[in-house]
Amino acid sequence: MLAPEGARADPRFQGDPRRVYGERSTFEKSARSFGASNIALTTGSSRTPLQDLYGIITPSSLHFERHHSGVPGIDPAQHELLLHGLVERPLKFSMEELRRFPSLSRVHFIECAGNAGREHRGNPGPTVQLSHGLVSCSEWSGVLLSTLLREAGLRDSARWIVAEGADASRHSRSIPIGKALDDVIVAYGQNGEAVRPEQGYPLRLVVPGWEGNVNVKWLHRLHVTDQPAMSRDEAASYTDLMPNGKARQFTFEMETNSVITRPSGGHQLQGRGFHEVSGLAWTGRGKIVRVEVSVDGGGSWSDAELQEPVFSKALTRFRLPWRWMGEETLLQSRSTDETGYVQPTRDVLIAARGMKEGPDGINHYHGIKPWKVNRDGSITHV
Amino acid sequence: MAVSHTFRTLVFTMLGGTVSVLWAAAPANQPLGIGHSASGHDIAAKDLTVHPDGTGLPPGRGSAQEGAVLFAAQCSACHGDHGEGRADFPALVGGRGSLAEDKPVLTVGSYWPYATTLFDYIRRAMPYQGSGDLSANEIYALTAWILAENRIVKPSLVLTEQTLPKVRMPNRDGFESAAMTK
Repeated sequence: MLAPEGARADPRFQGDPRRVYGERSTFEKSARSFGASNIALTTGSSRTPLQDLYGIITPSSLHFERHHSGVPGIDPAQHELLLHGLVERPLKFSMEELRRFPSLSRVHFIECAGNAGREHRGNPGPTVQLSHGLVSCSEWSGVLLSTLLREAGLRDSARWIVAEGADASRHSRSIPIGKALDDVIVAYGQNGEAVRPEQGYPLRLVVPGWEGNVNVKWLHRLHVTDQPAMSRDEAASYTDLMPNGKARQFTFEMETNSVITRPSGGHQLQGRGFHEVSGLAWTGRGKIVRVEVSVDGGGSWSDAELQEPVFSKALTRFRLPWRWMGEETLLQSRSTDETGYVQPTRDVLIAARGMKEGPDGINHYHGIKPWKVNRDGSITHV
Repeated sequence: MAVSHTFRTLVFTMLGGTVSVLWAAAPANQPLGIGHSASGHDIAAKDLTVHPDGTGLPPGRGSAQEGAVLFAAQCSACHGDHGEGRADFPALVGGRGSLAEDKPVLTVGSYWPYATTLFDYIRRAMPYQGSGDLSANEIYALTAWILAENRIVKPSLVLTEQTLPKVRMPNRDGFESAAMTK
C-alpha cells in the first residue's frame, strides 16, 4: 500500500523494501578477481580482496576459489557420503544423518599451495589480492572425521584415507591416518550457514593447516586404505621440484606467512600523520605467537599487536600504530609461529629451493612481502 | 544399522518407550548407530581408487594402436596430435631427462612416477568436457598410446590390469616423500 501522493511521509514506508536474505550496500564494490585462464570460464581461480577486509573472517561471498573442473550443482537431498575400505562397517550417510552426529565449529584458514607463487618467481603482485589472495578464513561447522571413522570402526591395517569429491574431475587426495584422526573436519557449515557452492556445497573436508588441494570439496567418498592412492594431484601435481631435479611429495603443511593488508599496493595515504598498519598472519603449524613490522625498509622491527583470541591454524589480525612523515620507505611484516619458525625473506627461500617450477608452478612460497610507500602517499609493490 | 542401536531401541521399548534419556557417556569407541550400511554394490558403483600396485584396476585390455584412434578423436584437440600440448592444456609427451636442467619440461613421460596414475586420471577426469564415460578398454588403450608415444612401452604392448602396474616409469625414483604416516 503506497502512501497517498502529497501526504506527509508515513514512517512505515521509509527506506527500501525489507529482504529475507540481506545484501551489502550498493556502495560496496569489493570483489573477487579472476585469474586469466584459457581452459574455461567456469573453472580456474578467484582471489580474495584482502586489502578491503576487516578482522579475520572472510565473507563467504569473497572466499577464494580454486577448482579444476567447475562448480557442480549438488542437490543435498540426493547427496551421500560413502565410507568404506579397511573398516568394520562400511557406511553411507545422508546430509541429515551427518548433522545428527556431535558437531563442532572451528575457525580455520584455507590456503592454496600456489598462493604467492608469483612472488617466488620474481613477478610480484601489485596488490595484496593479486599477491596473496588465494587464502581465506571461515568458521567451519561439521563433524570430526575421527567421529565418522570410529562409527565405521577402523581396522588395524588402516594407514591412509583417500578422500574424493563429486566434481566433474572426481578430485582425489590421500591423507595419512594420524592427521585424519587429529583435527580434520567433515564440514557442512561455513560462517553460520551452509557451505557455499564454490567452497564445496553441501559437504567438504577441512584439513586444518594443510594445502588447499587436500581440503576436498563436494566430498562424497572416504576410502580407508593401507597405502596412498597416488592420484595425479599427489603423485605429480602438488610436488615440489628441487634444484637437483628430484621432487618432494606430500609436503602437506602450509608454513607461516604474513602480509600487510593496509596500507598495501593500490592504497593511497591521505596525508601525513597517524596511520594504522594492519595485516594478516597465519601458520599451518598452530598459532601465530609474534608479528614484527618494519616501517623503515628493514632497518628496525617492532612487535605488532595481535588480535585476541589467536586461533590455531587460522588467520590472525595484527596492528601497529605508525606516524608517516612523508618519506619514501618500505613497510613489511615478519611472523613467528608456535614452533619458533620465523617467516623468511625471499632470498632465503630461493637459496634453499631454487627456481625450478613443478607441474603447477611454485608451491608453499611464504616469504616476507615489502610494500613501498612513495612520497605522494601511494603504495606500490616492490 | 549398527547392532548396538537396535539393542538400545529394544531396551527403551521394554522400559515403556517414552523415557527420554540423555545419551549416557558411552565408551568413546562405541558407534552411535547413525548412517546406513553400504553394500558391496554401493561400493562397486562408486569406488574409483587405483593404487600403484594395481589394486582397484578394473578388468580390461587395450593397445596403443587402438589408443591412437581414440586419442585423435577425443584428446588431440586439447593435448595436440602427438600429445605435445596446446595453449593451457598440458603436454603428455616429451621432456625426458630434462629435470636437472634450468627449465625442465614436466610431462606424464618425463615426470610421473606411476603409470597407474595415468589410468586413474583419465578414468575420473577425461575428456575434460564429459568425463566418466570412457570404458575400461578405452582407458587402457589411451594409456598404452600415451606411454608408447613417450617410448616407455613398445607400441605392440597390450595393457591390462595385470601388465599396467608392471610398467616402470622413467622418473619412478625421482621423489622423496615428506609424509608422516602412523
